[in-house]
Amino acid sequence: MSVASPSNPSIALQSKWWNGLRNVLEREGLFCKDDFTPSAENLEFLQTKSKVLIIGAGGLGCELLKDLALMGFGDLHVIDMDTIELSNLNRQFLFRRSDINSSKAECAARFINNRVPSCKVTPHFAKIQDFDETFYQQFHIIVCGLDSIVARRWINGMLLSMLRYEDDNSIDVSSIIPMIDGGTEGFKGNARVILPGFTACIECTLDLFPPQINYPLCTIANTPRLPEHCIEYVKLIQWDKENPFGAPLDGDDPQHIGWIYERAQERANQFNISGVTYRLVQGVIKHIIPAVASTNAVIAAACAMEVFKLATSCYDSMANYLNFNDLDGIYTYTYEAEKSETCLACSNAPQVVNIEHPNTSTLDDVIKQLCELPRFQLKSPALTTVMADGKQRTLYMANVKSIEEATRKNLTQSLGELGLQDGQLLTITDVTSPTAMTLQLKYQANEVEMS
Amino acid sequence: MIKLFSLKQQKKDGDQSARGGQQKKASAAQLRIQKDINELTLPKTCAVEFPDSDDLLNFKLIMSPDEGFYRDGRFVFNFRVGSNYPHEPPKVKCGTQVYHPNIDLDGNVCLNILREDWNPVLTINSVVYGLQFLFLEPNPEDPLNKEAADVLQSNRRQFEYNVKKAMRGGCVGETFFECCLK
Repeated sequence: MSVASPSNPSIALQSKWWNGLRNVLEREGLFCKDDFTPSAENLEFLQTKSKVLIIGAGGLGCELLKDLALMGFGDLHVIDMDTIELSNLNRQFLFRRSDINSSKAECAARFINNRVPSCKVTPHFAKIQDFDETFYQQFHIIVCGLDSIVARRWINGMLLSMLRYEDDNSIDVSSIIPMIDGGTEGFKGNARVILPGFTACIECTLDLFPPQINYPLCTIANTPRLPEHCIEYVKLIQWDKENPFGAPLDGDDPQHIGWIYERAQERANQFNISGVTYRLVQGVIKHIIPAVASTNAVIAAACAMEVFKLATSCYDSMANYLNFNDLDGIYTYTYEAEKSETCLACSNAPQVVNIEHPNTSTLDDVIKQLCELPRFQLKSPALTTVMADGKQRTLYMANVKSIEEATRKNLTQSLGELGLQDGQLLTITDVTSPTAMTLQLKYQANEVEMS
Repeated sequence: MIKLFSLKQQKKDGDQSARGGQQKKASAAQLRIQKDINELTLPKTCAVEFPDSDDLLNFKLIMSPDEGFYRDGRFVFNFRVGSNYPHEPPKVKCGTQVYHPNIDLDGNVCLNILREDWNPVLTINSVVYGLQFLFLEPNPEDPLNKEAADVLQSNRRQFEYNVKKAMRGGCVGETFFECCLK
């Protein structure tokens, strides 16, 4: 198969290859969005202007890259911190045996760049946490093919923190970067569209994620029945006791896994349990759930479709959560996950507090305002902030004795002395509210220089 | 639905945030733990201690039961809250050696809500109450220290005696316990 189109973009635009897309993007349709204008510019936007970030170049990431590249997107970035392993090759089809131990992001980008000339993929062999908002700012849309909840929560928090607000506290829509999130686990998967600040975010629906399987400690210790119980026993109890390699357990170290395998087998024999295998040990230690290529393909396709709809505004986005299960026949259901009014992460527009004299106003003055001003009326607020160097700092908390004692001295210090800058965000929690509140300090212009 | 935006009108180059750029926001786990900590309502037998008041993710719970087998003892639990809180439960270890059916000699605690029954709606307060319950009603059905559980099941008097002996500082069977009386 050759999908090559000439390298000159103007010719590429006219190539027959894109006729299918043209039918959608250059014609009126009954179900088009109101603000959709059919025109050749739509395709041009896709190919030359839009910029999409794919997070993860694994099972979903490979599918997403392939889908989006072949769908006409011209500028894709992909970020992944992992290297390729043998066990990836059955489904992560952009990789070959010779790529083992190389960066997933780089190999995937190279493959697409060679194969699909109309698309340029820029790889980032890094963690998402290595970049700040100036990096994420450049993208129109972000698609996630992640296997980690921590990473989802992180990028969710990043996109929420990038929202800008108008004076009336409504969100400046141009600061929204939509996030399309795909996830699979064996035969089950989901795809969702998140418009940060507008629709349910990752934190709003945190309890939808399947809990990690944890076996009761007493079962593991005394009445193991499953091979998993034996493995968990070695991991939780024996490792710390014997510390065989003088290092914390590393699931990627074959020596570590080998040691656990042997000990787990001994324990299994003691209790007449069969089924402890090296693979199972790996699976339990690293929480591996077998990946299914077809599930990845379906979920990635659903995500790619949402990216396409958002980028071209040819059709309304899915609202907003698709469930998929092909374990036994095929089941799908799409529903609208509701934004939680009490979400700690997204129901939390920064409240601006004007400070006239940052070098004389004390923390106590700010707390008094929080308790007395009609728009706050807090009871006993706890205040924390993240300092310019990224360190978390507790400014004051009255309810916990040891923290109160340690932070009491802050009360009489001025905001300037505390190192709080103009624009600093404070996180406030209080019994009067189920959410956390973000407070933004705004210093009067003439004092900014001094602080 | 909100008429979202027309991506095409968005300029991306040089479109830097007007909000002073790099004001860092607290992580979701931080927000949640701050809320949990600020709203702790501890039973009078419990207190929390923060070695570093800036670090709300690591702290100690000190429990001094005023009734039950463990009356007059003082037990310290070390809490470590991870970045995936509250999706994952806090890690809790008992830092005081204790003769207890549900706590082993390395300080591992067998409490359902710390493992298999954890749920993101639970809070640090729930865990404190769970631990308190464990000291009022040790549960021999789910033992972590099997010897202690066997004694509790077969001879409550003996168990009570063993607990007292261990708390005063002494040997129960082969194991030596340090004094943990108030």
